Amino acid sequence: MGWQHGRQVQAGDCIRTRSPSRGFAVTAAVEDSPRLGSKRARRDVLLQSEAVQGLGLISPTFLYAVVFLLAPIIVVIAHSFWTQHYLTIDRTFTLENYRIALTEPIYRDLLWRSLYISLTVSFLTVVFAYPIAYFISFHGGRHKGLWLFLITIPFWTSYLLRVMAWKVILGYNGVLNSGLMGLGIIDEPSTALLYNSSAVIITLTHAWAAFAILPIFVSLEKADRTLVEAATDLGDGPLRSFLRVTLPLSIPGVIAALLIVMIPTVGDYVTPKLVGGKDGVMIANAIQVQFGKAANWPLGAALSVTTMVIVTMMALASVFIIRSAARMAR
Amino acid sequence: MSGLRRFLPGRSWLGAYAAIYVGFLYLPVIFLPIFSVNTAATPKFPLSGYTLKWYEQLPHTPALLDAAWNSLIVGISASVLATTLGILAARAITRYRFPGRRSINGLIMAPLVLPEIIVAISMLLVMLQLGLSLSLFTVVLGHVLICIPYSMTVLISGFEGFDRSLEEASADLGESAFGTFRRVTLPMVMPAIISSLLVSFTISLDEFIIAFFLTGTEATLPIYIWGQLRFAAKLPGVLALGTLLLVLSFVMLSIAEILRRRAARRTSNEGGLYA
Repeated sequence: MGWQHGRQVQAGDCIRTRSPSRGFAVTAAVEDSPRLGSKRARRDVLLQSEAVQGLGLISPTFLYAVVFLLAPIIVVIAHSFWTQHYLTIDRTFTLENYRIALTEPIYRDLLWRSLYISLTVSFLTVVFAYPIAYFISFHGGRHKGLWLFLITIPFWTSYLLRVMAWKVILGYNGVLNSGLMGLGIIDEPSTALLYNSSAVIITLTHAWAAFAILPIFVSLEKADRTLVEAATDLGDGPLRSFLRVTLPLSIPGVIAALLIVMIPTVGDYVTPKLVGGKDGVMIANAIQVQFGKAANWPLGAALSVTTMVIVTMMALASVFIIRSAARMAR
Repeated sequence: MSGLRRFLPGRSWLGAYAAIYVGFLYLPVIFLPIFSVNTAATPKFPLSGYTLKWYEQLPHTPALLDAAWNSLIVGISASVLATTLGILAARAITRYRFPGRRSINGLIMAPLVLPEIIVAISMLLVMLQLGLSLSLFTVVLGHVLICIPYSMTVLISGFEGFDRSLEEASADLGESAFGTFRRVTLPMVMPAIISSLLVSFTISLDEFIIAFFLTGTEATLPIYIWGQLRFAAKLPGVLALGTLLLVLSFVMLSIAEILRRRAARRTSNEGGLYA
């Protein structure tokens, strides 16, 4: 015990003397020394110039994002508190747009449906994506790169065309119906496949698959394999070691996947428009109408802001639930 | 526990699942080329016969050729601009430490997780407020914004682990600053830059929502396709066009990925879009 203690102290001393950022006491003691002072000043100048160079280098891209992303979002938020009379914008502060967005049955329903669809899609994509990310990471061997490339290829094809392809598959005269009829499973084409929220969910789950696989794969790759071995050596079965070691280590990837699917899908426009029909319309379609035919920008802005705020809250709640669940599993 | 073990995803079960999953991913994509060479105007089984007539009609559609030309201009402008801005930011992120590095990076990467419709309507509002008339130029501005995050991902993976001592060695051996850049820096980062150009071009080529909101009267290819989708009779032509775009995207992205890997190998670093 005493020996251990001594060794700790020694190690501590060693770190203290070697550390470049010594304790304040040490720095204060040599503060007066002019030679060291100038050295430090020079280092400060160097650091400062590095900061200046870095900021200078990134500033064009940063300014671009400020001008075309940050400022426009602020403009949208501002508009959501204004009103529009035909072509002129009345800039007196009002919450009327938010009242409409939250209480009008049509917008409330669209909002709920969009949230329900994005939540379902994000959980389905993550659940389906996890095993494949696990397979590539743990059993991919030399072909990891090839597997990932195979998975990303369909995602790189035009989104519009992929949605259209689902329309071709699920349609009344579509592939699935004609195939099932050809096999004699059904007698007449089913209309239940297309133009409803299930069609939207299937299409979106397919469209966002790659976005879910990649973050989970990256987090599994980062997980320390010796920990899994240690768990096995210490007597944990495969299921227990997976639940208690691998899964908790991959939680950051699961959360990233969930967010990267949930937030963009809530505002999807193309899929509900093409395969959603009347029962699959989502909030983005209503937003588009406000900026197009209806020409009520403030209401469109309020709908956008409301959607973003609520989806952010939903995302944070999901993250919280997953983190707590992961802690309990351990 | 031993009873449960039987149901654990063993290697073979997982392998089978992976194969089925990849099949599901390719399912819709496969139907585009199949029905684009089918004689029937409606896409259904059984197939009625092989034809290339839908492809032959494509070059005789002026609206399509205009849209293709517009897409080409927008794609080239957006990819060059996005890659230029991406190079600056990626270099700053990988090479320098400065205050606000994380939050600046967060803002630049934000379009990746924002719904595109939010990006589209906010830019539309600002353009209209500024009195800018909507045109291909405004589409380019929007595409640059959403291409930068992808361009940065590719470029950072190419720049990270870039060995500064090579540049210093070149300077010490008497090479001028420009010579060092041309003969040492450029060859090492060039694959990543070309890869970024190709990825950005592909994204711009396929992007619909932002172009839909920000264009005036000129259509890009996705907008042209969107217009055609209303007419059932036009579907085979759209499928043929879609197949061509598919092949084009596939070729460009394969080249981009090969180049990115080469860049990552040169700077001995892993990561990027696919890893």
